[in-house]
Order: sequence, then C-alpha cells, then structure tokens
Amino acid sequence: MLLQRQLDNRGFQLNRQGKIPFALGSEGHEAAQTGAATALIRGKDILVPYYRDLGLCLGFGFPPSGVFNSMFARAQDGSGGRQFPNHYSDKAIGLFSVSSIIAAHCTHAVGAAFAFVYRGQTGRAVLCSTGEGATSEGEWHEAVNFAAVRKLPIVFFVENNQYAISTPQAAQMAIADVADKAPGYGIPGIACDGFDPITVYAAMKEALDRARCGGGPSIVEAKVYRFLSHSTDDDDRTYRSPQEVRDRRKCDPVPRFERVLLQAGIINDEELDALKADVLRETNEATDASESLPMPEAGELYGNVYEGAHEPWR
Amino acid sequence: MPTTVVTMPQLGETVTEGTISLWLKKPGDAVEKYEPFVEIATDKVSAELPSPVSGTMRELVAQVGQTVLVGAPIAIIDDGAATTSVPTATQPSDIEGNDARRFSPAVRRLAREHRVDPRTLHGSGAQGRVTANDVVAAAQPKHAPEFADGQTIALTQARRLIAQRMVESKHTIPHAWTMTEIDVTDVWKLRAREKDAFERTHGVKLTLLPFFIRAVAAALTRFPLMNALFTESGIRLNQDVNISVVVGLDGNLLLPVIRNADKLRVAELALATAALAEKARNGTLKADDLAGGTCTVNNTGAYGSVLSAPIIPLKQTAVVTMEAVIKRPIVRGDDDGIAVRSMMNACLSLDHRIVDGIIACSFLADIKASLETADPAGFP
Amino acid sequence: MAVTARTTVMNNVEAVRHTLHQALTNDPNTLILGEDVGARGNVFLITKGFLEEFGAARVIDTPLAEACIVGVAVGMAMEGLRPIAEIQFADFIYPAFNQIVGEAAKTRYRSNGDYTCPLVIRTPYGGGVRGALSHSVSIEALFYHVPGLKIAAPSFPADIKGLLTAAIEDPDPVLFLEHKKTYRSVKGEVPDGRYVVPLGKADVKREGEQLSVVSYGLYVHQALDAAARLAEEGISAEVIDLRSIRPMDRTTILQSVRKTHKLLIIHEDHKFGGIGAEIAAMVAEEALFELDAPIRRLCGPDVPAMGYAQTLENAFMISTERMADAMREMVRF
Repeated sequence: MLLQRQLDNRGFQLNRQGKIPFALGSEGHEAAQTGAATALIRGKDILVPYYRDLGLCLGFGFPPSGVFNSMFARAQDGSGGRQFPNHYSDKAIGLFSVSSIIAAHCTHAVGAAFAFVYRGQTGRAVLCSTGEGATSEGEWHEAVNFAAVRKLPIVFFVENNQYAISTPQAAQMAIADVADKAPGYGIPGIACDGFDPITVYAAMKEALDRARCGGGPSIVEAKVYRFLSHSTDDDDRTYRSPQEVRDRRKCDPVPRFERVLLQAGIINDEELDALKADVLRETNEATDASESLPMPEAGELYGNVYEGAHEPWR
Repeated sequence: MPTTVVTMPQLGETVTEGTISLWLKKPGDAVEKYEPFVEIATDKVSAELPSPVSGTMRELVAQVGQTVLVGAPIAIIDDGAATTSVPTATQPSDIEGNDARRFSPAVRRLAREHRVDPRTLHGSGAQGRVTANDVVAAAQPKHAPEFADGQTIALTQARRLIAQRMVESKHTIPHAWTMTEIDVTDVWKLRAREKDAFERTHGVKLTLLPFFIRAVAAALTRFPLMNALFTESGIRLNQDVNISVVVGLDGNLLLPVIRNADKLRVAELALATAALAEKARNGTLKADDLAGGTCTVNNTGAYGSVLSAPIIPLKQTAVVTMEAVIKRPIVRGDDDGIAVRSMMNACLSLDHRIVDGIIACSFLADIKASLETADPAGFP
Repeated sequence: MAVTARTTVMNNVEAVRHTLHQALTNDPNTLILGEDVGARGNVFLITKGFLEEFGAARVIDTPLAEACIVGVAVGMAMEGLRPIAEIQFADFIYPAFNQIVGEAAKTRYRSNGDYTCPLVIRTPYGGGVRGALSHSVSIEALFYHVPGLKIAAPSFPADIKGLLTAAIEDPDPVLFLEHKKTYRSVKGEVPDGRYVVPLGKADVKREGEQLSVVSYGLYVHQALDAAARLAEEGISAEVIDLRSIRPMDRTTILQSVRKTHKLLIIHEDHKFGGIGAEIAAMVAEEALFELDAPIRRLCGPDVPAMGYAQTLENAFMISTERMADAMREMVRF
C-alpha cells in the first residue's frame, strides 16, 4: 500500500517536473487492491486489470521498474513503449495486456478462464478488475453473462470509487451497490468496505476459491473513493466540491491501516518509518534506473505487427 | 510575330507531288534557316528539305505518309527565335481539343523508348486514339520491304544510326579506292583438303576468311599507317591490330572486333569470327565487342560480289574487302601459258589524307603475297 | 499443392465444413464458437454433427452477443487456444468491431510480441440472395485498413480449404470471408489431405493479354464467364482472383498490368472507399507508365443497403453482361 502510494506520487512529481506528459493516480484504492492481490496465487491465477490497478499489479508481482518503464515509455517496457502508461503487462506472470477501451478486456478475461476449463485445469482463477463505470458497458454485461452461463473460474472485481471521470455513480446506474447486479446473472455478489484491506482480502479469497474449485463466477464490489482527479488531464473541481474530497480523505485507507497495525502491535513507529524510508529508496532507485534506459527506436516501428516480417505498402 | 507557311517544293521537273517520310522537327522546336526540317520522298528521289527561315516550328500541317501536291502547305514556322524552352519528351500539352490526341503514360514511355513520334501515328484505339500497341508496332522494322505505291517504312533506331554514320564518313573522310587480284588456287586447295579435319578439331567450318584476316593483320603490322587514324592534332598510330569484321543482320550492320588479330593463328581467327557472328545473331554482343577496331575486313565475296567500294567506318582509315573466288583463265608463267586459276579480288577503300597510292598498293601487294602460297603462315 | 493426387468434388460450403472438421481433428487446441453452431450445426449446416463428434467443450453455442463472441475468443487465443469464432452473418459483425480492430489486431503490437492472438473469425458475406439490408453486406473495406489483421476472401472450394487452413494455423488474427451466394453454386475439385494456400497470394484464374481484371468473391466467377464470352469475340482478358485482401498480392497485380497495360477492378462492395481504390492508387503509384488507359473500377453503388425487391437487388449487383461490356470497352480503348 505504501509502495503503491509512493509510486503514484512519484508519477505526479515527474509530471510536474515536465519529465512525463501524463500521470494517473490510484489514491484511495490501495487497501482494496492490496487486499485483493493478496488473495491471488502468483504463477497460477491470471490478472486482467484496468488502468487504475497499480496496487493489484504490484501485489501480483509486477515490479516498480516496470511501472517506471511504462511512465518513461522505455524500450524495455512490456509494450516496447507503445502503450499509454498504466497499461502494465507480462505474460510470464500472467498479467494480461489490455487496451484503454473500458470493459473491452472483460471478455478476454472470460476467454482465459474458459481456457482453464478447456484444459481441465482446476485451482486456477482469473481476476477481472474494473471501476463501477465499466459495468454500464454492454461488454461487461456480455462477459459476466457468458461466464455465468458456462460457470467459468473468474471473479469480476469492481472498484467502486464513486466517479467515472466526472460521472457520479447515481448517473451511472439506478442502484446503490454494483453487487446487486449479480443475482441478475445467477451468480453471487458481495459489496465490502474497500478501505479495509482485510475485509477485501476475505471477500476476494472466498470468491477466488469458489472459482478455483468449479463454483463459477462472482462479483466482488469494493467501496472506495477516488481522492484525486481522474488523471493529470482532469480537474475534479469542475464536478465535485473540494469539501467533499476533504471529508472523504478522513477515511484515507493508508494512514488508517497504519493506525490499525500500530494499535495491534504488529508494527511500531520505528519500523513504520523504516518501511517508508525503504519504500522511498526503492522508488528512487527504480526511477533513476528507468530514466537512464533508452527509448524505443524509430526503426522498431514495424516490429511485431504480425509474426515474422511485415511487408507494408510504403 | 510573322509566320511562314512552307509548301511542298518541286523536287524534279516532272514531279507533281511528294510524300512526307519523316518530320525532323516538332512543334515548339527551334529551326535554323537551311536546317533540314522534314524528309520528303517522291518517285524519283528522297530528300531532306531545308527550312526557309529561322524560327520556331509552329505546326506540322501534313502527316507522315501523307502525299501532298507541289505547292500545298506542309508546315508553319513562326519567324524569329524560339521563345520557350524546348521540352525533350513529346509534350502534347500544346495540342488542344481532340481527345484522341492525348497520349497515355504507356504511349509516352514507349514512344520515348522506341523514338517514335506518336503524333505521326494512325491510332487504332477508340476514336482514333493512339494505343501502346500502335507505338510498338510502329517501332518494328519490317522485313523484306514490300512497297505499295507511296508506302513508307518508318526508320528504326538502328537504320537511323547507320545512315548518320555513313553520311558522316563520306562527308569527313576523303575516300580513295584501289584493288588487287589474288591467285588463291593453292590456299583454296589447302582449305579443301584440311576443312574436314579442321572442323573435327575446332568445331567450326574453315573458310578462306580467317586466312584473309591473318594476311590483312600481318600487312597492317608492316604498314602501320593503314592501322592509324587521322586527327587534327596528328596521325594517331594504333599499337594493336584490332580487326572489325562486318556482320550484316536483318536491317542492321554490326562490326564486332577481333582484338590483336595479328597475334592469332588461322584457327583462332576462325573461332573468334564464328563466336562473334553467333553473338551478333543472338543479340548478345557487348559494347566491348564492338569497340576499338582499327581496320575493317568485309567478306563481300560471300554474297557473290567481285568488286566493292565500301564506306570506311568512322575512326578508321581503311576497309578491305574479300571478294568472291571465281575460276578464271589466267596467263601464267614465263611461257605465257593459260591456266584456270581461282582468282579473288581484294578491294580497299582508304582515307586519302593519310594513305597515298604507294602505301595502299604496297599494302594490298603484301596481302596478295601472303595468300599466293600453298603454305600460308599461321596454319594449321 | 498436396502430395496425393486424390481430390474430391465439393461446393464452397462443403469445403468450409471439411476444413473445419480437419482442423478440429488434427489440433486439440482448436474449437468453434458462435451462435447456433452446436445443436443446430450452423445456419448453413456447416458444423452439422460437430457437436456430437467433438463435444460441447469444443463446439460452443454462445449467447447472442457478437462482441462477446469475439472478445472471449481473443482471451482464449491470448491464453494459448486456437479459437475459430463465427459471426452468423457479416451484417452482425459491427458490435464486435472494437474487439476485432481495437483488441485482436493490436494484441501483438501493443504487447510487443509478448501476447499474441491466433484467432479466426469466419463469416458469410455478400448479396444476390434476396438477403436485403442485414444479410447482404460486404465488410472488407471496414477492416482491410487495419494493420495487425489479416483478411481472406476465396472464391473456389480448393482455395477455401487452403486458405482456411492457413488462417487457422496463422499466429495472427484472420477475418475469413465466405461469399454466401457461392456456398452451393460453386463446385470444384479439392485435394484430399492437409495443404495450405498462403495468405497474401492472388491467383491468375485465366491468362490474357489485353486487359487485367482483378476481383474477389462471387464476381470472380462472373468475370471468368465474361472473359470466356469475350474470347469468342477475339478478346483476351486476364482474370486475377485476389483471394487475400490483406495482405494483398501487389506483385501479381503489377505483373499483369505490365503485360496488358489496362486494369479493371470489379467488386461488389461500394466503389467509394472500397478496396478497388487502394489497388488503383497502388497501380498508379507503381506502374503509371505501363497504363494505356485510365484504371477503371466497376463496383457496387454508393447506397446504404441492397434492397429486398428483386429490381433493387439487381440494380445493386453487377451482371455478367455489364462486366463483359466494361471489359470490351476497355480493350477497345
């Protein structure tokens, strides 16, 4: 959670330094994503995230170096510097490559889950993650429906942060809980406190385990809040009051969980400080290392359009 | 700007009309007074017409192949210098109106490649359009021309070049001519005896030609002026003896070169000649094969000729012909007896700027001596 | 082609069926998904019996959701299977547009080769069957523009088998277009056994000297008929069957134009923005000085749909007579 917050901040710092043109933060999502990621089994499960899932990806094994290679659009980035930032992917760890089209990845996640069943593999599940806005897309519906009909090993994770850029949830759907859509597909759905990583972990573990042993799909909704604007290209003051944001900040999950850990005696102040220092060190090292890597060359333009040589009409 | 309408002149007393053979100028071209601008043919003569004025060709009134009465207009020339630059490719942009006169990219390209003026062609396409096929057909040389009355054969690039060179040679080299008779009876018999074995050994037929070339080459080493070239800065002697051999092909005249012919034996000359003739027939002669000739040999006798007055190839001083071998009664011996001998004439056209009678005749006498023997040098 | 000389006569729909059957038999990673492909055996009976033979795991009746069909297939392909998705009629493909163009076509490129998408999307297209607005459309112009995608549109049964096999084995996404009017009306010899006709290779179906005719789909057959008729008039036309829309075989097209100097492109799809525009531009760029006549495109009209009434359909479709007229006119130009 600390690493996620730190990497996020670093993105905005780099943007304000003029080093990167765009940054998109996930403040408010840390607990939900860390909790969910902890329930995933690395090397077995597949993660099909959306662009705000920095914590999910980190928790699934994606390294900070990859995060910065994406920000700086380095040649070594998983997409070769081709994708917009925040589109992390790595087939070796089961982290799917996705586009920026909202909910277009959901059917892909379903297809991957289908492949598990097709090959007779149990103990594996797919986590498909979206915001609440994505659930308005026809393709989210098509994906959930197909998964439900075929009883596929997939969990649809909805990080409900109340806003789809500027669209509040009330304008997105007529219901209060996305999880209430689940019975419409004949599958279980649960809404939980996205600011508490333990709660989310528990809900996600139950859902993933169900999927892994043939129990079919479910919807897990984590209630969170998006503290920042949608991205550096958005100004949230045009559609919500700063007062509202300040009020919701009081429940910021990162300091809240710090307090929980301190109070439970699991960690003390010195250890916490050391942890933060270590996170900062790791962030700095990763930033510097990535910044010194080369950009993709223009000569790579025609690579990987198809397998083998591409013969474009020039 | 004043214009001049040029009309068909009377090219002969009884001539009443002329046919346009070839336009040498196209609209937009600059024309000098007296410069040839068109080729005309009548039933008596073919001639280039000189322009009556200097100026710019404005319009070609008659078409190639068209027969025009004496006095009828054939061209219009704007007097005065050309005001616009002359484009090198056929540009129909100055031709207005008629769709059939626009030329497709293929037509323009083929016209350029084959040096055909598409505006002079009759179009077989829709509405008289000149097609790519029309251009290609116009570029083909016609075999064994059959003249219908007034029909004209378009000049191929090769023919045009030959004509140009012939004219230039005659205009720039003062030709003189001489000949000698050679009694080739013994060599002829030698050839008859040896030809089968020769063919078996070397794979080519044995004719008199390689003997002749050998004799010429040897003579050239002894008479270097025959192997030289007249230039304004002096008579350039050639170190090497490179014999150009005349090969006549359908519509074309090629002169491939046997290099250092003086160093080759009869068999080698026979092989070299055959190889060059083969390449010429296949169209595989390279520029190197045709370059560097210092003297020419022409086997006119192969076609039955007994006398020739050939035109000297440019950049050379002499051409020697080998005429046909004819059996004739000859006075021989001290006793003035008459014997039937195989006689062969050798004719020589020479550049009289360098070569005078003494050298020319001695040169021929040398060749004669080389061949009037039963044991010619360089054989077998 | 195949080593064995044995062939079987079959029509185009049988060729599709035969090829799919061969694929599912030979490669356990292949599977078919689409609407009504299982129990119903596909609306043209292409997969009749497949459900019984290969099982419900490999022949999947999907919900009625085109984006989902293709999207799920994309996910399957990314995860290592070789799905053959069917869109029941090309007219229904639009909801899946993003999945084809924005996802499948871009998977390899956007992951720089880490993820690939070996996917086939088969669909019947084309008119002349009284199919009206939603069962007649040609879609190739919407998709051929997209790098990362491949598109095949064969006209003959032997080509169908070869190209569909190539498509199924191709590591990249292929849109496989089957002209529905040729399903039962075109018959031909198809070699037994497995063979491939490579994507990106056109085929000269009839040699000629005076005109190059480029076409694909149903109109190849009509163009061949027209050329045969014109041969009796002494006119020699060359007919090229494109077979592949992307990649497109420009070498064969240019070779032909360099020989005949005249080019006629015939396709059923609308003229404006149709693939004939790309061919014409390419030939003008590469071989302008070979052209002895303007390039001509004989194509479908610029109207939103082919009407149901026979008269309207006839006005849309191009008759063999019209093709022969255009060919004759060009040769005589």
